[in-house]
Amino acid sequence: MTHDEIKNLPAEETSYAGALGRRDFLKLLGPGLYVFFSIEDSFLLSQEGGGGRGYPADFNAYLRIGEDGRVSCFTGKIEMGQGIIASLAQMLAEELEVSYNSVSVTLGDTKLCPWDGGTNGSRSIKYFGPALRAAGAEAREVLLQMAADEIKVPRDRLVVKDGIVSDSANPAKKISYGALAKGKTIEKHIEKKPALKPPSAFTVCGKSLPRADAAEKVTGKAKYAGDIRLPGMLYGRVLRPPAHGAKLKSVDVSAAKAVKDARVLQDGDFVAVVHPLPDLAEKALSLIKAEFVLPEAKVDETTIHQHLMSLPPRETVIENKGELSKGIEQASLKFEETYFTPYVAHAPMETHTAVAQVEGDSATLWIGTQRPFGAQDEIAKLLGLASNKVRVITPYVGGGYGGKSQIGQAVQAARLSRMTGSPVQVFYTREEEFFYDTFMPAAIVKISSGLTPTHQIVFWDFQVMFAGERSSQNFYDVPHLRTVSRGAFSAGGSSPHPFGTGAWRGPGSNTNIFARESHIDVMASKAGMDPLEFRLKNLTDKRMIRVLQAAAGKFGWKPAKAPSKRGFGIVCFDYLGTYVAAMAEIKVDKNSGKIQVLRVVHAQDMGPVINPEGARMQIEGGITMGLGYCLSEEIHFKGGEIKDLSFSDYKITQFSWAPRIETVLIDNLDIPPSGGGEPPIVGMGALMANALFDATGVRLNRLPLTPERIKAKM
Amino acid sequence: MEQTIQFKLNNHPVSVTADGDRMLLWVLRADLGLTGTKYGCGESQCGACTVIVNKEAVRSCQMQLKDVAGKEVITIEGLEAGRNLHPLQKAFVQHGAFQCGFCTSGMILNAYSLLLKNARPTRAQVTEGMSGNLCRCGTHSRILDAIQTAAAEMKGGRGL
Repeated sequence: MTHDEIKNLPAEETSYAGALGRRDFLKLLGPGLYVFFSIEDSFLLSQEGGGGRGYPADFNAYLRIGEDGRVSCFTGKIEMGQGIIASLAQMLAEELEVSYNSVSVTLGDTKLCPWDGGTNGSRSIKYFGPALRAAGAEAREVLLQMAADEIKVPRDRLVVKDGIVSDSANPAKKISYGALAKGKTIEKHIEKKPALKPPSAFTVCGKSLPRADAAEKVTGKAKYAGDIRLPGMLYGRVLRPPAHGAKLKSVDVSAAKAVKDARVLQDGDFVAVVHPLPDLAEKALSLIKAEFVLPEAKVDETTIHQHLMSLPPRETVIENKGELSKGIEQASLKFEETYFTPYVAHAPMETHTAVAQVEGDSATLWIGTQRPFGAQDEIAKLLGLASNKVRVITPYVGGGYGGKSQIGQAVQAARLSRMTGSPVQVFYTREEEFFYDTFMPAAIVKISSGLTPTHQIVFWDFQVMFAGERSSQNFYDVPHLRTVSRGAFSAGGSSPHPFGTGAWRGPGSNTNIFARESHIDVMASKAGMDPLEFRLKNLTDKRMIRVLQAAAGKFGWKPAKAPSKRGFGIVCFDYLGTYVAAMAEIKVDKNSGKIQVLRVVHAQDMGPVINPEGARMQIEGGITMGLGYCLSEEIHFKGGEIKDLSFSDYKITQFSWAPRIETVLIDNLDIPPSGGGEPPIVGMGALMANALFDATGVRLNRLPLTPERIKAKM
Repeated sequence: MEQTIQFKLNNHPVSVTADGDRMLLWVLRADLGLTGTKYGCGESQCGACTVIVNKEAVRSCQMQLKDVAGKEVITIEGLEAGRNLHPLQKAFVQHGAFQCGFCTSGMILNAYSLLLKNARPTRAQVTEGMSGNLCRCGTHSRILDAIQTAAAEMKGGRGL
């Protein structure tokens, strides 16, 4: 969901915790100290929401201090591997002045947690973080005032550390947060909001503290949606059409019905089997004989880009500066290139899974989702219930990457639970996971550009089609430029795609940065310049220059005109305010055309780093995952029929591909903390394409850079 | 056909009455409630469902229940010794060799069998030995590091 969409939601859909009132919260949670704050309190949120205007006034986040002094942190975000279970706890502990180990985080439960638009866009630290910090700071101040009354010491003489308030003049006089909160339910706001700590004063943030999910995940105890067991729970499997858009013509369910304990359920085109055992549900489903009418297949992976380019453009101007015609006149070298990216699957290891328990006029669902509150509304609508009658609980999510914003499996589970009166678990098979995925959309970028005789970029005309605008914005010094976007990454009802598309880890940016940074190298090579020197010559953005120099220093970059045969690649970009420069060394097998990545150096400036080890894990993960879409991943299809339905058809990153990765974290204390989960992956396309060109002289404008495509041009 | 199959599971004798053709994965997860073993693909292509049967790593999505009769099965739940994490589990924590955690059980058990066969593997041997396991979060390098750390800690196989 975009921010504009969030802003425009009707008020009743945006109240926190499924429209539970504040008093209901207190009742639900029992004694303890609660601090409520509204989103306007947080100065940083204004960066996202345009002054916070349009956000619901009741968008509250909160925390709880138990009688034992333990702190519960509640967030509508979810944990899918990105590690916010640590970094959010750190941010709260920092401002509240409690020990990190005393904080537990509850994520993604619509009954317990404050409303949230979804875990996407690398926004958890950037936007939820400040809200959480503000809550911690305010709670700390309330507790200090209470302590002043309780131990009869003036407020300004009190100090607090690890949840113990003491008299600085007489440290023996002290009281714990737990003792202050004991048996009390206090709702109190502070008139003058306490300031957030400057990053230079951080003592908990900035440390590589361990993740609370580690022990559970290495022992198999971590619960995912598929690990939920309820009394009487059935497993549901729903008949899948062979292609998107296919219509059911006839169906024979007699053999499925003959499977012991199986029940077949039908509601129009919706044909399903439930069984107390998952494998026998699958077996029964496989015995259903169905005929479908397939729609005419008009496009496949070889024609889709031509098809998309033939559609009438709905153009949004992203930037416009100077006059392109003047720039074209002044250019002595001109360039025109078109770049193509294919449909790419999310392919999380955990397939979409949900358990639904629909009972009368209420429902509880356990869903592996990135959007518990969105799911709550969607399921409520489906069942004809008020949103506050639907509780969505999000266990650990086994990878999302954007794909788990969709909850088709939960819709199936909810329908089947209502039809059977029993709790029903639905997990997609791997085939279904590929089939029902909302792929990264196939997209096209056209760039025209020109250089002056002294190799300054003098004009830049960038048109992106169907990837969306993210990271399409230019950051080089260009006097005459235009950037336009046609068609969003998620096209909604009037989709030009034969199946679903949606956000894929860094939506739009993977395509836009692949195109721009490939094109920068095309110009550098033609100008006879080293690609790093060419970039530095055309940049004045100090943060970008610093991050490039940091990467170059770590990499040991020696200038040379490409192709230098060394297999060195370079990329730099700004992803929603996080700055990245990366360099790679690859080798290309001349016989097979296969790329082996030897080494990647990645420098990232995302402001102050909350958990350096967590940040490195995201960077290494993004790079390693990204090799897949750069080197092999591409969905093959014929109209609505998806050809790649297994890991043997669709190759993701393998162990043997994993390069040596070195990271440089620029702990930039001059700006607020920004996002780090998506930036590491979005530059990979250009990084690989530029390294390929440097190694071989082969320039490919189409991802993925498969051995076949490379060999064909060598 | 329904039959009663007896085997040793995480060092305890178990007896399961079920259709012997069913796959071990589902018997573990649904009938026995051991959910640490994960379904990833059902086709032996991802390794998320890896368990140890008579000291060999097998894909439990492809092994029939009747084929474990009389054998010794170890799942992720059986790897801890008392309250202590196994050296592999410790090394995975230490290296941050997981993100979403969904492939982790299979990774650890596949590595366990690898170290049973070769207690001091080279990096290349570990890479080769893990090639059948998939991770989407991109923790590959850290998993390789963790396995090598665990191998060193076990000094040639102690703790296996």
